[in-house]
Amino acid sequence: MAMPEGWLTQLPAPAGTLEPVQRRGRLALSEDSFPSRRQESWRLTDLRRLEALFQLSLADQRPHHFSADSWPSVPQQSLRLVIDGSQDPLQGVILPAGISLLEGAELQQALGHTLSRCRCASDWPVELNHGVSQQILALRIRGKVPPVELVMVAADAMLVPTRVLLLVEEKAELDCLQVLSAKGQAAHSHLLEIHLGQESKMNHGLLALGDGQEALLANLAVEQESRSHYSLVSVSQGWSFGRLEPSLVQVDGQASASIHGLSITAADEQFAVHTAMRFEGPEGTLDQVQKTIAADHSHSIFNGAIQVPRPAQRTNASQLSRSLLLSGRARVDAKPELEIVADDVRCTHGATVSQLQEDQLFYLRSRGITQSSAAALLLRGYFQDVLDRLPLDGSQRWLGGNLQMGGMTS
Amino acid sequence: MIRPDAEPLLEITDLHASVEGKPILNGVNLQVKAGEIHAVMGRNGSGKSTLSKVLAGHPAYRVTSGSVRYLGRDLLDLEPEERSRLGVFLGFQYPIEIPGVSNLEFLRVSTNARREKQGKEEFDTFDFDDHVRDRLQVVQMDPAFLERSVNEGFSGGEKKRNEILQMALLDPVVAILDETDSGLDIDALRIVAGGVNQLASPDNCTLLITHYQRLLDEITPDYVHVMGAGRILRTGGRDLALELEKTGYDWVDQLLAAEGVS
Ligand SMILES: Nc1ncnc2c1ncn2[C@@H]1O[C@H](COP(=O)(O)OP(=O)(O)OP(=O)(O)O)[C@@H](O)[C@H]1O
Ligand SMILES: [Mg+2]
Repeated sequence: MAMPEGWLTQLPAPAGTLEPVQRRGRLALSEDSFPSRRQESWRLTDLRRLEALFQLSLADQRPHHFSADSWPSVPQQSLRLVIDGSQDPLQGVILPAGISLLEGAELQQALGHTLSRCRCASDWPVELNHGVSQQILALRIRGKVPPVELVMVAADAMLVPTRVLLLVEEKAELDCLQVLSAKGQAAHSHLLEIHLGQESKMNHGLLALGDGQEALLANLAVEQESRSHYSLVSVSQGWSFGRLEPSLVQVDGQASASIHGLSITAADEQFAVHTAMRFEGPEGTLDQVQKTIAADHSHSIFNGAIQVPRPAQRTNASQLSRSLLLSGRARVDAKPELEIVADDVRCTHGATVSQLQEDQLFYLRSRGITQSSAAALLLRGYFQDVLDRLPLDGSQRWLGGNLQMGGMTS
Repeated sequence: MIRPDAEPLLEITDLHASVEGKPILNGVNLQVKAGEIHAVMGRNGSGKSTLSKVLAGHPAYRVTSGSVRYLGRDLLDLEPEERSRLGVFLGFQYPIEIPGVSNLEFLRVSTNARREKQGKEEFDTFDFDDHVRDRLQVVQMDPAFLERSVNEGFSGGEKKRNEILQMALLDPVVAILDETDSGLDIDALRIVAGGVNQLASPDNCTLLITHYQRLLDEITPDYVHVMGAGRILRTGGRDLALELEKTGYDWVDQLLAAEGVS
């Protein structure tokens, strides 16, 4: 029995904008079976950690405690919105020109559209979010707008559901940094839909920082119309249990996407990245590099699905997965999943697993650099390019330009 | 320059070392005094690089017996980083590529580690920029190499120049240059040799591992040693190198056969 008896019925009664969605999600949770390791996409998952989410209390009207003192200031001319699952993120906020609230019939029409196009609407973590999300932040983006920082916080052993929808209109341009932060054994259930109109552009950064004992379920669904550009840069660290699932679809082809991911695991953490890219029209491109650093006896999982059906002729996709094992007990499972039906395509993929090279370490040490600094330098050489890609200067502002690797290499 | 009263900087006594349980060094004896330049020659596989790595402290090589004293202390007792900070420099036969690590930052961190030990003030990024540009002239290296990752994609000759640039920055007491000449074109050889000569002083010493007389035409050694089967078989002056050019190493086989070592 994965979901405790009565868990669904103790949830607040369906209400508000998301009422129909909540009903749908709860129905699915009660009827569909809980994920099992017999399912390919859950095969390697430590399901007890997924079950443990039901022990948390749900963030609703009761605010949880987090301190914004340690947060960096927002870059000039940028908009920061804080989402904690209970307060209204727009309270007291004046939206800049080009960014407006999506409401009423328009919202109902847009809601879930991209999830369906990405074929992930019925995935278990998505249905969980459907069932428990109390509110949604839905924004329409027109023209070139100021950068947006979305900070999502979870603390005090709560499950914090958040849902965001971004409608990026034709020719609009958006830089957006999402910071998902968690402390105090809390968990995020996050669902994000992005619709990119023709010739629009989005630079999307996702910085997911746990504190070692937290859980993250994050599903991103991205729908690209033709000649749109989408770039995702994700950096994740510190999650006892994490699952990040970006699903992209290029509906008419002729769009470009890039995905650069870095996930870092230590202690007994388990973190999985499942990306899915589907080309539905011709001449789409994907440039993907997924990096992983696994220390101690942690477990890092990467699944990279790429689908190129018949209409997607002249698709150009490349996927590279690079894993660095810092300990003999760490485990990495990386798997590409290519389904290519179209014949005129370029699709390359590769996976490497390596360790810190003894000769590189010795070379640095022979120049007076200590063992631990040498290891830190090598690690930085490995991940720095991903950090540098975060929009809104996310690496400098949130990480001081570097990641905390204390103790990981000793 | 040989001075009888010079201070011994490096004293290697009956050094034995093995890698993966296989003995490679079988009793190396060598004393190097301040101001001296020693050339070490010998066939491929005779143990020259192994000796240099043992002196630098490579963890894959295990010293099984013997001793190495450096400036009066036990060198083998020190971590590789400590040896470097105290002035032991190894110019690698095959310099290592380190993608993602900026050459400039690497050079600054290592230079400062050495300077701290020397009791000198550490460089901030701006001062170091000036300093490194000055030192680049020793090897006539293009500043563009500073902006790249350590040795990544450098040609063979460029890597060797980068090694001598590091030597120029680290101001070593004992410089061990493992085949720094191989891979250099004729002009580069002259430039690099000029750099080594410029850095040699009465207070330091140089161990030149090489296969070729042409390097020794540029850098005049005080002693020439020939290694074989993991030890030094013969020692002479600069004439020994000239003799080897003519005779080759056949006599090494005869010598070892006579000793019953194959
Ligand atoms: N890490 C190692 N593992 C196994 N064997 C090794 C290792 N390092 C050195 N050896 C062996 O030790 C012997 C000496 O090698 P070394 O590199 O010291 O020779 P060398 O004199 O420098 O040769 P060259 O002139 O070709 O550079 C060789 O037989 C070599 O194969
Ligand atoms: Mg050698």
